[in-house]
Amino acid sequence: MEKNFTVKSDTNLWQRLDMDVERFSAVPGILTGAYQDIFLSQSNRPAAMDYFDSMVENIYTGRIDEILAAKAEGRPVIGTFCVYVPEEIIQAAGGVCIGLCGGSQLTVPDAEKILPRTICPMVKSAFGFKISNMCPLFQAVDFVYGETTCDAKKKTWELLDRYVPTHVMEIPQRKLERDKRLWIEEVKDFKAAVEKVIGSTIDEGALKQGVATLNAKREALQRLNGLRHHNPSPISGRDMLLIQQIAFYDVPERFTEKVHALCDELEIRCQNNNPVAPPSTPRIMVSGTPMAMPNWKLHNIIEKSGALVVNEESCIGTRYYKDTIATDGTSMDDILEKLTERYMKIDCSCFTPNDDRIDQVLTEYRASGAQGLIDYCLQFCHTYNIEAVKLREACEREGIPFMAIESDYSPEDVGQLQTRIEAFIEQIQG
Amino acid sequence: MDIGIDLGSRAIKLAVVEEGRLLSSMVVGSSFEPHKQAQQLLDSYQPRLVAATGYGRHLAQKHFAQHVITEIKAHALGARRLFPGCRTILDVGGQDSKVIALDTAGKVVQFQMNDKCAAGTGRFMEMMAASLGYSLDEFSRAAGRVGETVAINSMCAVFAESEVVSLRNRGVAPEVIARAIHRSIIDRLGTMVERIGLQGELVFSGGVARNRVLVDLLAQRLRQPVQVPEAPEIVGAYGAALHLAGIP
Repeated sequence: MEKNFTVKSDTNLWQRLDMDVERFSAVPGILTGAYQDIFLSQSNRPAAMDYFDSMVENIYTGRIDEILAAKAEGRPVIGTFCVYVPEEIIQAAGGVCIGLCGGSQLTVPDAEKILPRTICPMVKSAFGFKISNMCPLFQAVDFVYGETTCDAKKKTWELLDRYVPTHVMEIPQRKLERDKRLWIEEVKDFKAAVEKVIGSTIDEGALKQGVATLNAKREALQRLNGLRHHNPSPISGRDMLLIQQIAFYDVPERFTEKVHALCDELEIRCQNNNPVAPPSTPRIMVSGTPMAMPNWKLHNIIEKSGALVVNEESCIGTRYYKDTIATDGTSMDDILEKLTERYMKIDCSCFTPNDDRIDQVLTEYRASGAQGLIDYCLQFCHTYNIEAVKLREACEREGIPFMAIESDYSPEDVGQLQTRIEAFIEQIQG
Repeated sequence: MDIGIDLGSRAIKLAVVEEGRLLSSMVVGSSFEPHKQAQQLLDSYQPRLVAATGYGRHLAQKHFAQHVITEIKAHALGARRLFPGCRTILDVGGQDSKVIALDTAGKVVQFQMNDKCAAGTGRFMEMMAASLGYSLDEFSRAAGRVGETVAINSMCAVFAESEVVSLRNRGVAPEVIARAIHRSIIDRLGTMVERIGLQGELVFSGGVARNRVLVDLLAQRLRQPVQVPEAPEIVGAYGAALHLAGIP
């Protein structure tokens, strides 16, 4: 029974946002088709996925209305592409933190009119979305939070700033005490930038509340991922990826509530032995670079080849929620330091050395009951690509089947990826 | 009698197997509707089961094949049966090249495929031969006649072609250029093999393995003998048929 699903349109709204309405009008239809094919074709989905389906239906309309309403109340709207954004500060200011468009091939050609072709597809896609006025989220922000986690990003921010105010936060590349001091200063600068938008100061009480809200959101995602590790899994990798993507544009409190509702359902499914796929289904863990909405390419191929994705060690994955902030901070400086300590635990490959990440991957691998690891690298992401060497070595030591994939958003390598993934599944099955 | 059929990007290969032995085989160039072509080939047999591999394997499964396996597994099965000591396979087909590492029992432990471009594939050979006005046979014979005096640096099919043009315009003889192209392909394939880590006997399969110059250059580069099956393009189809042996 095919579910009734349509990504909604609102040309008046898009007009108000100065979008390229004519060109953008085709997008909801394309997304609807892709979503039906990738998500609604699955059988035995949890009922609580309805909410997340509706978040996709409203991505270009209802959710934008909410964001604009918040903005009209003087609340700051800040866009981002990175999990290093100190979201708690935005929350403390009553603001909205949203992950911007950057996961589609659609606007890569736009970006390539200006940017070099040989850089990361996420950076190109994102830049293209802004310069072609094709992302309603982008159109609604007060400013963009940029960071220095890679060369392509940090140099693109200089150009992006011409189109939308872009605040760049320096993320150090090592984790020494002096790096921490710098990081705290950068967090304070970011706080000042947010305060400038609201025209008032964020106090300790508000920040504590922000910390509590985001901790609760991350804990909900931890609970969900833990349930998903149940063998056999009660939920597909595609649905899990989707939820982790929606985490970047939903209202935190509502999202937390809906994730817990889903968890309650999954707990019952585990008790009743009602898995999403037969127990014999091969389990694959994915690690590496983020998959921004609507980049569902890898999960779609893996799961349509008969395996299940059981964990994402990724920015749109565990890297976003594996750590929470200690809540025993009292003074503003104390809270900001504890906040920084939490962000310093994120093991992005921009750090050197970054061996904590290798251990983290192995820990998640064991917890997820996976039978093989696919490391996913966006094309031209040198740091993750090179780090895959250490990951491969670790997997060889541990006897873990390992495959590294480098890909972009274009469909041209789907046939080849399918062959490689099917062969990897054959390898796991022996 | 079981049949393995390999629907590749440039050719369809068919292997007829009984009790593990290859009874006969067939190779035809692939058309726009490879599954119909394959079906016609199958019409003259009454196989017990058919297993498909290659790019068209899923299309074949929709129409006539009871089983599908990937080219990786198929080549592993085929090469291993032909050469029981085989631990590494280099397969160069029309559209991709791959290296497969086997453990001592013949199980696939690791594999690599070329990136999403034509470099180091049969298609690259065809394009380069055409840019010199050679047929594929003439191309390798020409390369076998001369030593190496110039180098082709680009492995991108498009850039390599323009390198060929500029060498010709400098008056470099076509056979010298042909030789340089062979060398550049072997450099790339050799690196792929070394990335996986060459172990045990190396089997070179796929249609490109019929090129003697490439085989000799590869053996030199890797400093060990290279085993080439009598019909290297059949290995995948043969492996697919062998896969059916244990299936009732």
